[in-house]
Amino acid sequence: MSEITPEVVAEHGLKPDEYERVLAILGRTPNLVELGIFSVMWSEHCSYKSSKRWLKTLPTSGPRVIQGPGENAGVVDIGGGLAAIFKIESHNHPSFIEPYQGAATGVGGILRDVFTMGARPVMNLNALRFGDPAHPKTRHLLAGVVHGIGGYGNCVGVPTVGGEVNFDPAYNGNILVNAMTVGLAPTDRIFYSAAAGAGNPVVYVGAKTGRDGIHGATMASAEFDEKSEEKRPTVQVGDPFTEKLLIEACLELMATDAIIAIQDMGAAGLTSSSFEMASKGGVGVELDLDRVPMREQGMVPYELMLSESQERMLMVLKPGREDLARAVFEKWDLDFAVIGRLTETGRMVLRWHGETVGDLPIDPLAQASPEYDRPWTPTPAAPTDGLPEDVPGDPLDHLKRLIGGPHLCSRRWIWEQYDHLVRGETMQRPGGDAAVVRLPDGRGLAATTDCTPRYCKADPVQGGRQAVAESWRNLTATGAEPLAITNNLNFGNPEKPAIMGQLVGCITGMGEAARALDYPVVSGNVSLYNETEGRAILPTPVIGGIGLIDDLSRMARIAVRPGQTLLIVGETHGHLGQSLLLREIVGRQDGPPPPVDLATERRNGDFVRAQIRGGGIDCCHDLSDGGLIVALAEMCLAGLTGAELDPSPEGLSPAGWLFGEDQGRYLVAVDDAQSLLSAAAAARVPMKRIGTTGGDALQLWDGRAISLEELRGACESWLPAYMAGEA
Amino acid sequence: MRAAVVIFPGTNREGDMVAALRRAGATDVSLLWHKETALPAVDLVVLPGGFAFGDYLRAGAMAAHSPIMREVVAAAHRGVAVLGVCNGFQVLTEAGLLPGALLRNAAMRFVCRDVHLKVETSNSAFTGGYNAGQVIRVPVAHNDGNFSADRETLARLQDEDRIAFRYCDEAGAANDNPNGSMDCIAGILSESRRVLGMMPHPEDATDPLQGGTDGRGLFEGLVRALQ
Repeated sequence: MSEITPEVVAEHGLKPDEYERVLAILGRTPNLVELGIFSVMWSEHCSYKSSKRWLKTLPTSGPRVIQGPGENAGVVDIGGGLAAIFKIESHNHPSFIEPYQGAATGVGGILRDVFTMGARPVMNLNALRFGDPAHPKTRHLLAGVVHGIGGYGNCVGVPTVGGEVNFDPAYNGNILVNAMTVGLAPTDRIFYSAAAGAGNPVVYVGAKTGRDGIHGATMASAEFDEKSEEKRPTVQVGDPFTEKLLIEACLELMATDAIIAIQDMGAAGLTSSSFEMASKGGVGVELDLDRVPMREQGMVPYELMLSESQERMLMVLKPGREDLARAVFEKWDLDFAVIGRLTETGRMVLRWHGETVGDLPIDPLAQASPEYDRPWTPTPAAPTDGLPEDVPGDPLDHLKRLIGGPHLCSRRWIWEQYDHLVRGETMQRPGGDAAVVRLPDGRGLAATTDCTPRYCKADPVQGGRQAVAESWRNLTATGAEPLAITNNLNFGNPEKPAIMGQLVGCITGMGEAARALDYPVVSGNVSLYNETEGRAILPTPVIGGIGLIDDLSRMARIAVRPGQTLLIVGETHGHLGQSLLLREIVGRQDGPPPPVDLATERRNGDFVRAQIRGGGIDCCHDLSDGGLIVALAEMCLAGLTGAELDPSPEGLSPAGWLFGEDQGRYLVAVDDAQSLLSAAAAARVPMKRIGTTGGDALQLWDGRAISLEELRGACESWLPAYMAGEA
Repeated sequence: MRAAVVIFPGTNREGDMVAALRRAGATDVSLLWHKETALPAVDLVVLPGGFAFGDYLRAGAMAAHSPIMREVVAAAHRGVAVLGVCNGFQVLTEAGLLPGALLRNAAMRFVCRDVHLKVETSNSAFTGGYNAGQVIRVPVAHNDGNFSADRETLARLQDEDRIAFRYCDEAGAANDNPNGSMDCIAGILSESRRVLGMMPHPEDATDPLQGGTDGRGLFEGLVRALQ
């Protein structure tokens, strides 16, 4: 066995002080297998060592929360004997190196996190960030990632119903691929990962183990440099067909009483799954690694413990249930092998043809991983002076440029490559505020992913709040009651105090909003070291939110009808700092982001939701990027109906009125404006008439107009043209 | 009407299909595992959508050799109605029950969206619920839906009134072809008119909340014809 030199330790990503800790725990020098295990268990990806201290500040409980962070996914009681089980997870580094497989296995991994808890996956979403469209790699990465997400999700038969895409040069060397899965399980049949019962069999099921993905978790915890492409062999290869069989086989076995504990083999494969199950259950494990089903000849224990081959699960069965379980997996043509037993020793003993090749204490490794209170500096407040209050030019030209450009154009080219209809329960397709799928009992479950990274960069606390608030608002705009969130914290190198300050700020803002909106965090994932050659990505704390619609016949959509009155909910101050108008039309990205007043957010949202549920509103859209006129354009395009705007209010510039990105606002279209205005006044919610619908153009108060046909052409053509190499 | 919906490993639209059949009034709908070697007494066999055997090798190629397919082919020859949708259509061509082949989409991308179909014939148990020439809107969701056949086969399909559906635009004109299919063909009938293969998913357009109900006619027509 190779000698453990400081170089070997460094290659495993362990810092000298961390290695000292390894020596103290073991009381001896580890062998290579053991060092590899420490390396992955203590990687940032598996241990959350930089973020743990701050994640603890987030609210994680609530009346509906069955399981918060710490399991494979979060679990929320949605009534009717059902639980929604969901999580979001990043696959950023692999997707940059090999976009198809990186994105595909990202989808596969998050699906396993959800069905390992007993849930049938019912929807997938994603949140994607790419570099400058002009960067030579962007087109290739976008095509590969979308192809990979579709290739995997379409085959497993889970509809990909929603998501978001941003472009920014900060992601040129480090794209973000965050995938979210929502599943459903009966509340009395939820499966956890804590192993129990000395002597019980430890069973491996699914695909065979190969040499792919060795050290993936360590790779995901390091910065990129020009040699990163050499890491391609560490990217895993996905097989969605095997995953589909694994879903069916696991759910079939879960309908029996055979399983005590189950855990998917994700990052750090067999190592992480076996240590987590044993640690949570306070038991020991003996594994006979030679019994692991292998794809290749000549594999050694080090590789078996660190492989990140996909579509594999580890289970602890009740004694005597092996034959029952084996029959289920054989029916689905999947591997099934008893590879070990639980013990009372509290140790992980690894054997290879009878010989002990590793012997480690479980708790010190799994629980005593390093936890850092890294130094951080708050992001300085952006100066407010010098921001323009108006932007010259025809607002309709600005609108056309925004909606006909990369940031706000239609994402149809992307979502038409995702099967968003399989299962036949998709009630709101991509393109609205939130996706909605029908539950078996006829109610609806809504979901959305949101983050505005440029706000987070300018002011992490406000940006963190805004991401949560926008998620809550998107669900509210369909009439859904927001239930809980999962978060994916994508940041740069936390060893830099300014980056750590972004992380701290975003988590602080996120926690404030989650508390104020009763919208707890039940699961999540942290992806740090998103840097290439020292340049960090924008701070990108993506929020995945779910909400419940009791009555699908009273669900709001964004499409307007002719003859309606347009009403805006919430106050407009014309906030142009960090707006898309300033960035895209004026070419400046400065000022503070729009502040989020959480009390106002809540009041406005609760009012809108109550009106939708009471039948007073069935057409609603939240206001976000691009402000009022972009939201209106999207509603008109969806409804094949034009609109005519009233004059902009006194004291506001046309640009501020039309393009300001003030928060806490919704645009609704109703047939009976008077009764809604009265209800708003009674609830002390600011609401104002802004125009009417009808015709086939979007018309300003001064008579200038743009036809829907021209708008649609701009909106629909940018992405296909860009992908064809024409834009 | 008694219907059996076949499940191959990788089938994923069986639930949509069962729901559509039930919405149309079919009460006796069962699921049938591909390793079965006997077909129960049914009036309709459905091969639903999905990725049977991962679509590895070639879409539908391995499923066509599943044990149950021998029985399905025999039943079809006896005159039992067989409906193959999407992956099921691919299986039917691989099993020799329908002519032609489904190639990779011309744009080389998966496509999921609503399309318009012109009902070319109402002369079958599957299309009897529609009028010939009627335009319906239903979704497609496939990677390999590009129908291809030699000239002679195309001519026969046309002459024998065996083209069930063609892709078209809202007005019925042949200028919206989502996958490059020859002659805009979306679905075809067997010589006996008892087997239909189609790429679009009528089962996902059978409930107003799905965004349309134009697919219902196919299932209601089937229930009426096979009752």
